[in-house]
Amino acid sequence: MTNEELKIFISAHTPEVVFEESQFLNTTISFDKLYSLAKHLRTNPDADFDYLFCLSGVDWKDHMLVVYHLTSRKHKHNVVLKAKITDRVNPEVHTVCDIWKTAELHEREVYDLFGIKFTEHPDLRRLFLDDTWGFPLRKDYKDDVTIVQL
Amino acid sequence: MIDKEEIEDLTQAHEEDFILNVGPQHPSTHGVLRLKIKLQGETVTHIEPHLGYIHRSIEKMCEASSYRNFIYLTSRMDYLSAHMNNQACAMVVEKGLQLEIPKRAKVIRILMSELTRLASHQLWWACTGLDLGATTPFFVGFRDREVILDIFDETCGSRLTMDYNVPGGIMFDIHPNFQKNVHAFLKGFKKNLPEYHQLLTGNVIFQNRTKGVGYLSPEDTISFGCSGPTARGSGVSCDIRKWQPYDGYEDVQFNEVLETAGDCYARYLVRMREMEESVKIIEQLIDNIPEGDFQAKTKAVLKLPKGEFYSRVETARGELGVYLVSDGTSKPYRMKFRSPNFSNLSALREIAVGGKIGDLVANMAMLDLVIPDIDR
Amino acid sequence: MKYIYDFSFLTSKIHNWFLAHCSSGWTILWEMVIVGLCAITLFVVLGLIFVYMERKVAAFMQFRLGPNRVGPKGTLQAVADTVKLLMKEGFTPQAADMFLFNLAPFIVLSVSMLALAPLPFAKGLQIYDINIGVFYISAVSSISVIGILIAGWASNNKYSLLGAMRSGAQIVSYELSAGLSVIAIVAFAGSMSLSDIVESQRTGWWIFKGHIPAVIAFVIFIIAGTAELNRAPFDMAEAESELTGGFHTEYTGMRFAMFFLAEYVNMFVVCAIGATLFLGGWMPLHFGNLSGFNHIMDYVPPFVWFFGKTFFLVWVIMWFRWTFPRLRIDQLLTLEWKYLMPISLVNMIIVAFVVIMKWHF
Repeated sequence: MTNEELKIFISAHTPEVVFEESQFLNTTISFDKLYSLAKHLRTNPDADFDYLFCLSGVDWKDHMLVVYHLTSRKHKHNVVLKAKITDRVNPEVHTVCDIWKTAELHEREVYDLFGIKFTEHPDLRRLFLDDTWGFPLRKDYKDDVTIVQL
Repeated sequence: MIDKEEIEDLTQAHEEDFILNVGPQHPSTHGVLRLKIKLQGETVTHIEPHLGYIHRSIEKMCEASSYRNFIYLTSRMDYLSAHMNNQACAMVVEKGLQLEIPKRAKVIRILMSELTRLASHQLWWACTGLDLGATTPFFVGFRDREVILDIFDETCGSRLTMDYNVPGGIMFDIHPNFQKNVHAFLKGFKKNLPEYHQLLTGNVIFQNRTKGVGYLSPEDTISFGCSGPTARGSGVSCDIRKWQPYDGYEDVQFNEVLETAGDCYARYLVRMREMEESVKIIEQLIDNIPEGDFQAKTKAVLKLPKGEFYSRVETARGELGVYLVSDGTSKPYRMKFRSPNFSNLSALREIAVGGKIGDLVANMAMLDLVIPDIDR
Repeated sequence: MKYIYDFSFLTSKIHNWFLAHCSSGWTILWEMVIVGLCAITLFVVLGLIFVYMERKVAAFMQFRLGPNRVGPKGTLQAVADTVKLLMKEGFTPQAADMFLFNLAPFIVLSVSMLALAPLPFAKGLQIYDINIGVFYISAVSSISVIGILIAGWASNNKYSLLGAMRSGAQIVSYELSAGLSVIAIVAFAGSMSLSDIVESQRTGWWIFKGHIPAVIAFVIFIIAGTAELNRAPFDMAEAESELTGGFHTEYTGMRFAMFFLAEYVNMFVVCAIGATLFLGGWMPLHFGNLSGFNHIMDYVPPFVWFFGKTFFLVWVIMWFRWTFPRLRIDQLLTLEWKYLMPISLVNMIIVAFVVIMKWHF
């Protein structure tokens, strides 16, 4: 599918999305709608996004994004899903572990570095850092000892 | 995916459970990977990776460095594919700047990439032998790798973390002896490659240890996000050099190596044949390096427009993705590295549970894990 | 039968000298002291030679130079290593069973010393010419597994325990086919005494005289012997890349050196038995009726024959180690129980048949 077709396809399932085209088709979506859209994109044979090749978090200070880069091996089209989370104190998004197995470790990493909780994740624990550490990739993270502000 | 009960079962280990910590210091984890494994006799019944022993938060460090400087941090991720890491980062900046790099730079980048891939696969082959208990392959592999590293040393000034790429091309031109030395290396390596096969590939013990061990189905391969030789051993075509050719890979003739067996031996064969393909690529290009600039003109301080950029390269271990979010300043707002080993590691549980301890070691060897790349 | 080099006159002379000067009890005692000293000296020398040899053979196979700094051509490297090991702290883990942990290396080492007793080095040069020599050796050599099990258990380390258990399974299994292949030669020679077996090879070594069954027995013996030695490709007990060192993970300094030495002495013993049973021991190379040739061969001292054959087998075992990858534990046991063991049983029946029909030379 081309980007235009993908836009129509995604809007048909979830109308309240914001599209933006850069290198890939970016689809910003509220965090509570993400799981059903992701499942739809994976299971619908016309979309068939079977390969989650990148899962990252981005902190935009007023909101946070969980970015899913998806590709379909069969149809060779790509889409980027962005789950927008406005709650910085207790950010939550539904896990996609059961859709793409690779998400398990990636989500743990995002949880570790951003503090975004993935509900119904089978094993959500800190991955790299210990439990008392802050969330270093958040923009409001302060560490006076090891980070020197220039 | 594993059940919740199973996890709880492990965390509240019973007294009769035999739990073994493989690593962080262990000869066959190749670094500081720690696997908590549960054993039933010799059989592995559960694997839980514990990461972070070499976590340096390169992504955070990138946010503090300029678009020229952050590239060199990435050599320290997958240090065996240092050149490809740098290349991915240089490419993402070039994408942001809409910069077309000179033809000469592209060809030299490919040459260096393929030499790095060869060196990496040779080291993998050497260590595979060691992991499976054969010592001699280690020296055979390193003998040829030394020659490549000497070539790097001459041209780039360092042997492992070459830091040869800059946004816009390469840092400086190749050494006058480069072509001659590469020719000499190719000649020697083509003579030595049959020795590799004699020593391991054809060995009955080796085949018993790897054939049918660690089966990974194509569906699981995609679902786990595996890439590189790990995925191609299961018959999943995923070579970024073919899928989304970059830096002139569309102009060279080579085959994507695919094996369908999905076991350790298939992954082994993929890497062995990939070495031959790399040799083929180098042979095509080494005498045809175009004349001209090796670096495009760039400003002293690079500023990327606001937006998001993503570049993908095929490292020796699989797909490396660099996701760059720019807010229009001279520093990245957010860098994310999608490292091949991180995704490949998640398949370890799938393929090694149910096997013996020896299979676990063979599986780790065939996934070719580089721990700094997992932890970043 | 007369031999050019016969050492029985020397040993009997020493024996008679002692008898003339002291009582028979003291004679035995003094002779035991002398033999013990000789055995220990032989051990140390063998250990040094084998360590040097192994490193040189490995270097040769891996296009390296090997040790070349200490002493001429690196010959003193093994001495330097020994000094280093002596200087190291003998570390005992806190949770280890102190007594057993310290006992294990001695058991392993003394067992390999015991197995030396019935080996004939030359005519008349034998510590103890026992009439059940072969049986004695296979009995004694199985004690070493106890030492290894104790080492693995007492270390209180999971890797050690796994290594010890592997070693137990392995040695117990491979003892069978090693024993059965030895029985083939016992049947041919009609004696269990090692000196008789050597004597029976006067007209030709068993590997030539015994037709194909002897060759099969020899191959099985070498495989099983390598497995009993815990050497690659059967180094399951050590399995460096899997178990980080196996049963001797926790051992340091001289206690580690004892395991190390025991491994090399065991290698010597296994190869010496192999050489004695199949390759004629100290017996020179003889071909049936070629009396001229046989006579020339007789002039080569038996020492040279014995050690030459033994070192050849040692070299073969080292060759294995530096070429093959390691087997997996279940494959190791499969190899024994599904292949070697049935083959040796069938082979033994064939040998019995050959012997009854008197088809061997």
